[in-house]
Amino acid sequence: MALLEIENLTAGIEGKALLRGISLTVGSGETHVLMGPNGAGKSTLGYTVMGSPEYTVTGGTIRFDGEDITELSADKRAKLGIFLSFQSPVEIPGISLSDFMRNAMEQITGERMKLWDFKKKLKAAMEILQMDAAYADRDLNVGFSGGEKKKAEILQLLMLRPKLAILDETDSGLDVDAVKTVSAGIDAYRRACGGALMIITHNTKILESLPVDRAHILVNGQLAAEGGQELVDAVNRSGFEAFTEK
Amino acid sequence: MKQKPQITDINRSRYDFRFAEDAGDLLASGITPQIIREISEEKGDPEWMREFRLHALEIFARTEMPEWGPPIDGLNLDNIVAYIRPKSRMNTEWDDVPEHIKETFERLGIPQAERESLAGVGAQYDSELVYHNVRREVAESGVVYTDLESAMHDPRYAEMIRSHFMKLVPPTDHKFAALHGAVWSGGSFVYVPAGVHLEIPLQSYFRLNAKGAGQFEHTLIIVEDEAYLHFIEGCSAPKYYEAGLHAGCVELYVGKNATLRYSTIENWSKNMYNLNTKRAIVEEGGRIEWVSGSFGSHVSYLYPMSILNGRGAHAEFTGITFAGEGQNLDTGAKIVHQAPDTSSHMDTKSISKSGGISTFRSAVTVTEKAVGSRSSVSCESLMLDDISRSDTIPVMDIRTDQADIGHEARIGRISNKAVFYLMSRGLDEQTARAMIVSGFADNVSKELPLEYAVEMNNLIRLEMTGATG
Repeated sequence: MALLEIENLTAGIEGKALLRGISLTVGSGETHVLMGPNGAGKSTLGYTVMGSPEYTVTGGTIRFDGEDITELSADKRAKLGIFLSFQSPVEIPGISLSDFMRNAMEQITGERMKLWDFKKKLKAAMEILQMDAAYADRDLNVGFSGGEKKKAEILQLLMLRPKLAILDETDSGLDVDAVKTVSAGIDAYRRACGGALMIITHNTKILESLPVDRAHILVNGQLAAEGGQELVDAVNRSGFEAFTEK
Repeated sequence: MKQKPQITDINRSRYDFRFAEDAGDLLASGITPQIIREISEEKGDPEWMREFRLHALEIFARTEMPEWGPPIDGLNLDNIVAYIRPKSRMNTEWDDVPEHIKETFERLGIPQAERESLAGVGAQYDSELVYHNVRREVAESGVVYTDLESAMHDPRYAEMIRSHFMKLVPPTDHKFAALHGAVWSGGSFVYVPAGVHLEIPLQSYFRLNAKGAGQFEHTLIIVEDEAYLHFIEGCSAPKYYEAGLHAGCVELYVGKNATLRYSTIENWSKNMYNLNTKRAIVEEGGRIEWVSGSFGSHVSYLYPMSILNGRGAHAEFTGITFAGEGQNLDTGAKIVHQAPDTSSHMDTKSISKSGGISTFRSAVTVTEKAVGSRSSVSCESLMLDDISRSDTIPVMDIRTDQADIGHEARIGRISNKAVFYLMSRGLDEQTARAMIVSGFADNVSKELPLEYAVEMNNLIRLEMTGATG
């Protein structure tokens, strides 16, 4: 069954069109890859699906689980089961990662969590990501290195267990070991709840350990090509040139 | 592990109630020598105190209104009833406290707070202490915690009070210090003997609850050499529409190598004029640590001063001010370095919203004697919308070139990116904004005992929804 259905979506910022008629469908539990050169609109698509007020939707619809969410605010989309891993997670001084996480989980589930249960879950998830337990008490993303921030995003993914996770350049700026750790986290998420993935990337390192159901190439705000693993392999071999020169 | 406060659902009514007026001996409005004599007689003041009051009234009469800070012409001094004595007398047992007063306190959570961790409660209802209790172990350690009036009549402390009362803040300091000297009523006296470390904090809770009533409580704390005390002062007031005035006075004496931590959460109703004076003097190697949360009031003037009087003395000021609609809060801190190798640090945050005005004043004075002194001031402001205002006014008077002085000020707004980030995790916009603001206020909340930190976050949340009186 279709989980996310994007139909002829156009969106932009201050009158400038960034997405120019995009249609794509992600089924439950599927893994999709969104690739393309810098500035193609990949992140814009991710943010627009999440409901960022920065971008204005000028046409088309976004449906999630059959519901039209085009006009919904980000928190409502999160409650329906959409998650976005940020390329540059925001630092929030004065709020610990742990307090924030518990608060977010309670908001999404609408239920109070027992502190003990929460801590157990958090500890287990942090172990998967090889995060030092001390990070739980640190202010959210404040002073985290690039790699730590990405791990903290995947930690939230593991805790919140959304139906669809959009990962925006989660692999960028990570060394080989960190990519492995983050991949293990993403794998754990899929095994835990069978969630769908939309992976935004301009390289394919992170995809080595993930079976790809569908790949989309985005160029200049439009889909230039779609296919399966073979498309990822083609990009791997010869980059995006073949798609941009069309 | 450090426990950060959780933002939980709050019962708004807690901050917004009052009982029907029952203050019996409402003296005539307006302040005349006759009234001062009546107050003095009612209290059975010693001779010196009656003279002190009358002298302070003279100073009050001839002193001009303050020329700095936000306007206070909405304040009608003639209408302020200086002294309203509640029907109840001093109580040492909770059971003896009259029911309606108890109800007020229970809604403020005082008995619970006491049960949990606090050593004693001195709660002021209207102008007099009605409940006072210090746990036995505190008393046995030689610590004195009582109301100032009782102490003044106790031969063991009478001389101590006479030699310290309004010596740090003389009535000539400013007009409202003079008024305070004339009409002061209630407040706390704490004496910590040399070498005594009181692990549990002492708490007092002040509250206004009568129309037009002024609150003029006086706090006098003496911490002898090598001793330690944490004193917590909490204030809140019910909603009122008639001009109210708070002109309290706090005097803190910190001995050699002693430490005094003085924490305050003030939450006055939005029609109050909070013209409060706080001052500490710190001897060699001693420390004063102020933790201050200023909420509520229509206008506030509040600048706790630390006088570093002995070599190596240290002052620390951590504060937050929240100015919402109709509020003009003029707060800050003053530090006087007048001995060598003294050090001070100010870390303040201010938040303004819905047209609120927040002004932060820092004044650092380093005298010629204070060679080798260090001072750093950090001030951050957060404006929650375009109609609010935030100003920083740093003043430095440095009389030696052998001092290390730093000042840093930042003004910012809540970033839309941060709000979206939190919303993408399921927090609605209001919750996301409240969380960012609570985080901003973390410098103060992490210095407060948990229950106070929770209360402060609740207050911030209330202020964010604009629902307070």
